[in-house]
Amino acid sequence: MLDQFMSYLGSTLTPGQANNQLWALIYVLIIFAGVSVAVMAMNWLERKALAHFQVRLGPMRVGPHGLLQPIADAVKLMIKEDIIPSEADKFVFWIAPLIGLLAAFTVYTVVPFGPSQAVSDMNIGILFMLGVSSLAVLGVVMAGWASNSHYPLIGALRSSAQMVSYEVAMGLAVVCAILMTSLHGLGLYGVSKLSDGTGTLSMIGIVQAQQEQHVWFLFKFFPLGLIAFVIFAIAMVAETNRAPFDLPEAESELTAGFHTEYSGLRWSLFMLAEYAAMIAVSSIAVTLWLGGWLRPFPNLLAGPTWDFIFALFPGLTFLGLGAIAFLGTVRMPKHPYFKIQTIGLAAFGVVLAGIGVLLLAIPIAAKVSNHDILNRSTEALMNVYWFVAKVAVFMYLYIWYRATWPRYRFDQLMKVGWKVMLPISLGVLILTAIVGVIL
Amino acid sequence: MLSGLAIAGGLLVITRRNAVHSALALIVTLLAVAGLYLMLYAPFVAGVQIIVYAGGIMVLFLFVIMLVSLERTVKERQFNRIWPIGLLASCALLALFFSVFEKGKKLFEDRLVPAPTESVNTQKIGEMLYGNYMFAFEIASLLLLVAILGAVIMAKKRI
Amino acid sequence: MADIGTLHYLVVAAALFVLGVIGVLTRRNVVIVLMSIELILNAVNLNLVAFSRMWGNLHGQVFSIFIVVDAAAEAAVGLGILIAFFRNKETINVDEIDLLKW
Repeated sequence: MLDQFMSYLGSTLTPGQANNQLWALIYVLIIFAGVSVAVMAMNWLERKALAHFQVRLGPMRVGPHGLLQPIADAVKLMIKEDIIPSEADKFVFWIAPLIGLLAAFTVYTVVPFGPSQAVSDMNIGILFMLGVSSLAVLGVVMAGWASNSHYPLIGALRSSAQMVSYEVAMGLAVVCAILMTSLHGLGLYGVSKLSDGTGTLSMIGIVQAQQEQHVWFLFKFFPLGLIAFVIFAIAMVAETNRAPFDLPEAESELTAGFHTEYSGLRWSLFMLAEYAAMIAVSSIAVTLWLGGWLRPFPNLLAGPTWDFIFALFPGLTFLGLGAIAFLGTVRMPKHPYFKIQTIGLAAFGVVLAGIGVLLLAIPIAAKVSNHDILNRSTEALMNVYWFVAKVAVFMYLYIWYRATWPRYRFDQLMKVGWKVMLPISLGVLILTAIVGVIL
Repeated sequence: MLSGLAIAGGLLVITRRNAVHSALALIVTLLAVAGLYLMLYAPFVAGVQIIVYAGGIMVLFLFVIMLVSLERTVKERQFNRIWPIGLLASCALLALFFSVFEKGKKLFEDRLVPAPTESVNTQKIGEMLYGNYMFAFEIASLLLLVAILGAVIMAKKRI
Repeated sequence: MADIGTLHYLVVAAALFVLGVIGVLTRRNVVIVLMSIELILNAVNLNLVAFSRMWGNLHGQVFSIFIVVDAAAEAAVGLGILIAFFRNKETINVDEIDLLKW
């Protein structure tokens, strides 16, 4: 096992290609832990950001500025009584949240955090991801059915109808992006090695195509890439049942829709599945259109100095966050009741600043000593950082949408899905193909 | 192991009283078969199977089961009155299959063509679909159109 | 583990086929009969893909894609018929769907 550990450290392949099970397992565990932390952070950010959008403060008591609120929520949900409706189908009731969770987490096996940092680079990566996200519908349907009461059943049927309709638009937008891997337009920046008529369905290949064509697919064949991206963005919000398409789970409409009868831990599994699915489809969008792990301007501003400057970004970001935490500490009220919160926030600021210093030290040490492992860890750090930063922007956008836009009525939702999104995505697909072949 | 899962799923499909359990067993079977396709170096067919079959058709089945399930169907007798004859006929079919395998064993020896490079599978299928099988492709899309129209008209309350 | 030859896949496909046939012949619930038909189609697909691997060309896989498309269409239409019938007679028992009998 130790030689499996050591032998991978020098390779530039994903663990799947290098046939290295230990590292694949390590990546899976890292992704699992990372996504769980991200979901908790999302929970906190959602409540704080929604509150600030609505000119109120959000959770302030539990930890300093509510930082421990997700943990408190998790503890509360875990110690709640686990109610199962008496007439419910026990097996299906038990397995429904698990299927949703499975579908949401399995997408992460193909999400690339870097040119070799993916669990496995499947050659049909995109196809796999589309298929797995269509399995999430099954979890919803089974949850509604197993609860054996009207509201969850109607909520589940509505939710699955919505998810299925927007999957079509999503798939067509994805096909648009895949087309762009092989069509190189005006050929301004040289012919990429993938554009001799063969595209690729693998996620890493798509980002590499963007790198070689010197353009994010968002800006390619302007405005076709943009329209395809907008269609995918809308469809992914509808896929994950988030506002403004959250009729099936809105509290004021159907008493929380398909997960009404779930309490405690099972409900938290549903929430976990929903947030994980949000992060998963956002990372797909980032990979397909926004250039994946590429830093801004990887080709225009190339060279070791620019690489070094951009490599300082992760450390500077964390130092900035630590500075904000210190600012909050200073502005805390000077009442003795707040002493422990002040100490907590200061400690949090110290932790953030410490991480920032560590992340600054790695590229500086790599530049100074030019050691092989340090160089590659700088690269890995940069790739992961830019990827996570882009996904974080998407997460903030999700919360922004929820705060700003009113809910769609269900028939309006279906009308938009079939009568607006489908023709537009078909049109964009055809236009992309025509423009790509002509130019 | 995957084949064991597939066969177990198939058994569960035909024996469960509750239609929803049968549908779940069918989903397990479909996913196991998709895994078998991957072992046969057919990644595109596996992907298509998961998206279309497990993701689409089974959702449709679950919808319909929920719409038409009555309480009394669960309490009714599951199997036909003439099930011994059906079982006998299927056993005869199985015996026929096995005799075919025995006789033709020499034809399909354990000769497996060495695994093709994976990255070109989808591309080659695409080439074949649009090259040799172009006509069948168009006819398939026409078939889907007819099926959509038929399903919509069938399920409408008043035409 | 012995080398997995083509014969193994054919045996699995045959077993699935027979299970589907048993389901079609013996069950009374129409939806389960339709699901057994899907089992049969899957068994045929598995057969085709196994042979495509054996001969080394992709015709089998293309054919199996067409079969999947066809199965989707047929499932949709079959379920549509079922719903239309259910509205009339309120039953999904194969034995009770005998409107054409004299």
